[in-house]
Amino acid sequence: MPMIDIDWLKDHVEVPEGLTYEQLAKDLVKVGLEEEEIHSSQVTGPIVVGYVVDATPEPQKNGKIINWCHVDCGDEWNETDENGNKVPRGIICGAPNMKAGEKVVVTLPGAVLPGDFKIEPRKTYGHISNGMCASERELGLGDNHNGIILLREYGFSKAEYDALKPGQDAMHLLHLDQPLLEINITPDRGYTLSYRGVAREYHHSTGQPYTDPAVALNEKAPEPSDYQPGTKVDIDIEIDDNNPIHGVPGCDRYYARVVKNFDPTAKTPNWMRRRLTRAGMRSLSLAVDVTNYVMLDLGQPMHAYDLDKIEGPIVVRRANAGEKLTTLDGKEHELSTEDLLITDSPNGERGSRILGLAGVMGGLYGEVTSETKNILLEAAHFDQVTIARSARRHKIPSEASRRFERGVDTALQPAATEMAAELLARYGNGEPSDFPNDVNNTPRPKTIHFKATEVARVAGLDVDINRISDILTDIGCTVAGGGNGEFSVTAPTWRPDLNEPCDLVEEIARLVGYDQIPVSVPPAPVEGLVGLTPNQLRRRRVADELAEYGMVEALSYPFVGDEDYKSFDYDPAATKKVSVEIANPLYGDRPYLRREILPTLATTVQRNIRRGIENVSLYELGHVYLWDPNAPAIPALPGGVRPTAEQLAALDAGLPDQPDHVAGILTGLAEDEGWLGGKRPVDWSDAVEAIRRIAGRIGAPIELDQPAAEDVPVQWHPGRAARVMVGETFVGWVGELHPRVNEALGFPCHSAAFELNLTALFATLSGKPVQAKPISTFPPVKQDLAFTVDSTVSAAQLEAAIREAAGANLESIELFDVFTGEQVGEGKKSLAYAVVFRSPDKTLSAEDSDAIRQAIVAKAAELGAQLRA
Amino acid sequence: MAEQLVFDADQVTAAVAEGIEKIQGASTLEELKAIKTQYAGADSAMTQASKAIGSLPAAQKKEAGKLMGKLRADFGRAYGPKEAELKEAAEKAALAAETVDMTLPINRKPLGARHPLAKLMEDVEDFFISMGWQISSGPEVEAEWYNFDSLNFGPDHPARQMQDTFYVKGNQAKDAAGFVGSNMVVRTQTSSDQVRALLTRGVPLYIASPGRVFRTDELDATHTPVFHQCEALAVDKHLTMADLKGVLDKLAVAMFGPEAKTRLRPSYFPFTEPSAELDLWFPDKKGGPGWLEWGGCGMVNPNVLKSAGIDPEVYTGFAFGVGMERTLLLRSDINDMHDLVEGDVRFAEQFVMGE
Repeated sequence: MPMIDIDWLKDHVEVPEGLTYEQLAKDLVKVGLEEEEIHSSQVTGPIVVGYVVDATPEPQKNGKIINWCHVDCGDEWNETDENGNKVPRGIICGAPNMKAGEKVVVTLPGAVLPGDFKIEPRKTYGHISNGMCASERELGLGDNHNGIILLREYGFSKAEYDALKPGQDAMHLLHLDQPLLEINITPDRGYTLSYRGVAREYHHSTGQPYTDPAVALNEKAPEPSDYQPGTKVDIDIEIDDNNPIHGVPGCDRYYARVVKNFDPTAKTPNWMRRRLTRAGMRSLSLAVDVTNYVMLDLGQPMHAYDLDKIEGPIVVRRANAGEKLTTLDGKEHELSTEDLLITDSPNGERGSRILGLAGVMGGLYGEVTSETKNILLEAAHFDQVTIARSARRHKIPSEASRRFERGVDTALQPAATEMAAELLARYGNGEPSDFPNDVNNTPRPKTIHFKATEVARVAGLDVDINRISDILTDIGCTVAGGGNGEFSVTAPTWRPDLNEPCDLVEEIARLVGYDQIPVSVPPAPVEGLVGLTPNQLRRRRVADELAEYGMVEALSYPFVGDEDYKSFDYDPAATKKVSVEIANPLYGDRPYLRREILPTLATTVQRNIRRGIENVSLYELGHVYLWDPNAPAIPALPGGVRPTAEQLAALDAGLPDQPDHVAGILTGLAEDEGWLGGKRPVDWSDAVEAIRRIAGRIGAPIELDQPAAEDVPVQWHPGRAARVMVGETFVGWVGELHPRVNEALGFPCHSAAFELNLTALFATLSGKPVQAKPISTFPPVKQDLAFTVDSTVSAAQLEAAIREAAGANLESIELFDVFTGEQVGEGKKSLAYAVVFRSPDKTLSAEDSDAIRQAIVAKAAELGAQLRA
Repeated sequence: MAEQLVFDADQVTAAVAEGIEKIQGASTLEELKAIKTQYAGADSAMTQASKAIGSLPAAQKKEAGKLMGKLRADFGRAYGPKEAELKEAAEKAALAAETVDMTLPINRKPLGARHPLAKLMEDVEDFFISMGWQISSGPEVEAEWYNFDSLNFGPDHPARQMQDTFYVKGNQAKDAAGFVGSNMVVRTQTSSDQVRALLTRGVPLYIASPGRVFRTDELDATHTPVFHQCEALAVDKHLTMADLKGVLDKLAVAMFGPEAKTRLRPSYFPFTEPSAELDLWFPDKKGGPGWLEWGGCGMVNPNVLKSAGIDPEVYTGFAFGVGMERTLLLRSDINDMHDLVEGDVRFAEQFVMGE
């Protein structure tokens, strides 16, 4: 983002003496130009002006010629000889341009140059060199390293140069001690990608007097409407757009002006190079530097062509299918029919030769070179969308495209060209033509109908109508009317972002100051359901319950890839087919979004274990993403219009299903080892308990359905995993991870897990108030029943049978013992239950409870269960 | 045949005196009980003497009864306090024997912990609920229309590029700029829920949307590609920026204490106009109270209202979004984003069930 140099800013707006960069940042942020960073100087002194008293060339064995110099650095910095007299410092200098009588820049011991280059006295070529005469590059002032800086050539007037004294501080002289303010520009404020724009904003913030440089330049520029009929203009121009985007022509203004007899050997003045360098641009040649300088100063991207290589007319057109262009950076691009081109017409073949990708980057042909004597300057106005798409398509975001895609002033082209022409004339002896060609089809600025009351209605600010008018005028608007509280406002040509009344409200609010807006709190109407919804409350209960159960909540990234699939034994091809894939993943090995939480949570558990933490039990609530390869395509629809019901349905129909899940992984000890003893490793039962607690907390009647081993998914232990069901609805899995998975993940064996689809689980709940049963005060009858049953019969089946047989008089049933072994026989197990019977309306007699007991035994017998004596 | 009982006043008096003396010397409850059995039990001299009164001549019965009454009372007066004394001593000894070191660490079951970010989101939800607002949520893999176009980011809007979006690979659709895609993104902001809420709930609308968002930022000390925001949106008649400022100040106080306040700086977002950066006056800032960037906000752009078919001439609205990670980093003095995203249990356990 742009670098702001106070020295340059002062060209357009007055600033108080001694303005600091910190204060400048504060002033600009008030109006919306945010500070990115204040870059402090990378150079520390002492760095002073030196006068070369003598320079003795000393040829070296390696063929180099080294100058042994004495440089007067003033009394403060000069050396002291054995007699106590001040004498010039002895310095070794290898630069070819070093000679006696020059004023140079001397970096003295103690100075630090960019790259942490510390200056110290050092013995070299048989002398002690007590300092260094610096080149531009060594000071970070530019790329030049062909010789040292000769201040004579550094853009000072004769009087200024004569006044330079040995020992004088050169840090300030060369702006080496100056910081820079880097600001952030929001996309609506393209005009502040220029000193002209930033100076205007500084004026808005502080009230300091501002002069728009474009006004005077425009007045000086030749006016085509004054040309005599039949005047031959600099070059013919044709705008021929056969493929406008959104009906907007790619180029609505093309302004071209010739500068003749330019001296191609002319150098860029040092002040300009310094400004460009500080702005982060390389100095290349005077012609190119001038176009860059004008762009940074005014905001108009420009291009300089070698006129002698170009044959008119210039044709601005869209690319044809199959055309190619090699841009200045040496890259070849296949052009799209949406790309806008600048072309010329060699041998009368109109538009046949491509000069560049309009507003983005020039091509290799036609560019100014070190031999160019006659220059054609281009200043155009291109459509924001066309330029943005070309820059994006060819991945060449340039300084020019950045400005065009944010919107360039449609009236700036003559002024910018005038400024460039003047600079080329002054520093390169060029002769600007008086007959620039200007093809101008820019639309008349739109008038905004603006009610002054909008300021209060939207911003809540009470602003006097005259002040509203003044502010709008100050930002460059033309304001008419106002008598009835309504204005006709025409935005300035540099503000394409001002289109609607709300845009003007923002301008007024930000210039009056957001701090002037009063403060109130709106009362929300209490309508319909208030508070958290039942599902929002349930989600919280699930999250809290698992923490209360002793687990720790995690939030893992949902990105997965081959490594995760491998750990969980998923079929990668089948999984990818039904997974959301990120087109531009941050982690190339994990370009997919998870379909289950467990794999990403497992990575988090792994991280903990690798950090030496034991007994890690984590849970996570979050979304999973289920891609449907057959889902319909999602349409692209315009904003600002309510889509039809069908369109809205189409937007949702193409989206992947994204249910909310909860998953947990339990590893290590379920009960801690400690002085109390009683440690117990985690197994399937801890995971089952976790989900039973969740279900209990939200009142969900879950049941476990244990499938045959061959029906258990690969990541689960085939004998220790069950489907979690609510009635007929499948809501998830619980059990132990397959030993292979535990091993692959580095988890202790028998590590357990669960994953429930909360969206599906919550959907089974009615949310209706609990319907309470009356509490019986009759006495209970307690009995123990132990059954022997085939091990293929599940506890859930047997319990269901007991409940069914016992009927309404069953108060509770609790399994208190399970065992297998010789006593019960091969393939059998014993399940012992404590049951409590209680009638709602009488005391149960011995006969009553015997009858219930017999019913239970008979029902259990249907499952092959036998009551143990 | 029972032995003939003889009432001997001297003998029984002496026996009781002996019993009382033994009571004084008893040192355990067992010993005391044995003495009671010996001197006041069924076979004791006292019981025998009482029984013998029946065989005395009538004239002596009264005298004898009186003596026996006195002897029983004497015995009881000696026994009762001694029994109390010994009981207390026995209890004391028993309690002393059961004494434990109560400072021994007891940690049979781990405490467990919520993730502080998840808990903070609930706190923020509760703030909005307390004002009578509702909490809404939308999908994370979202149609570009909801994430961008409906929010006034046209397909060629420069801001659409500044968002560092994760795009979803697709094979069918072309976007409006002609680039092949899916017209789906992983949402870059919970603002994607704004138009969904306007379309489904209508106006007046007061909602907050907390949730997960995604941007292509590498994980470092201050960035994470997956993070959380809370977006607030109010659309009603007569809402102005003053209402926006009021709600922001209240949220700041709820999150950062009674001295917290907010400040707005002009900025730009496609979905608001006027737009502002939101700064927080943070009393507990390291190195002294000061302003910190907290989020973005503004008045809902009329084009956003139009995307939901709402007349911007009648309704105005405000919206703001704050980063939950940033809020937590500030509140809890966390220096490194890694701690928030890595899921190390030691981090969450500091917060247990809240803060």
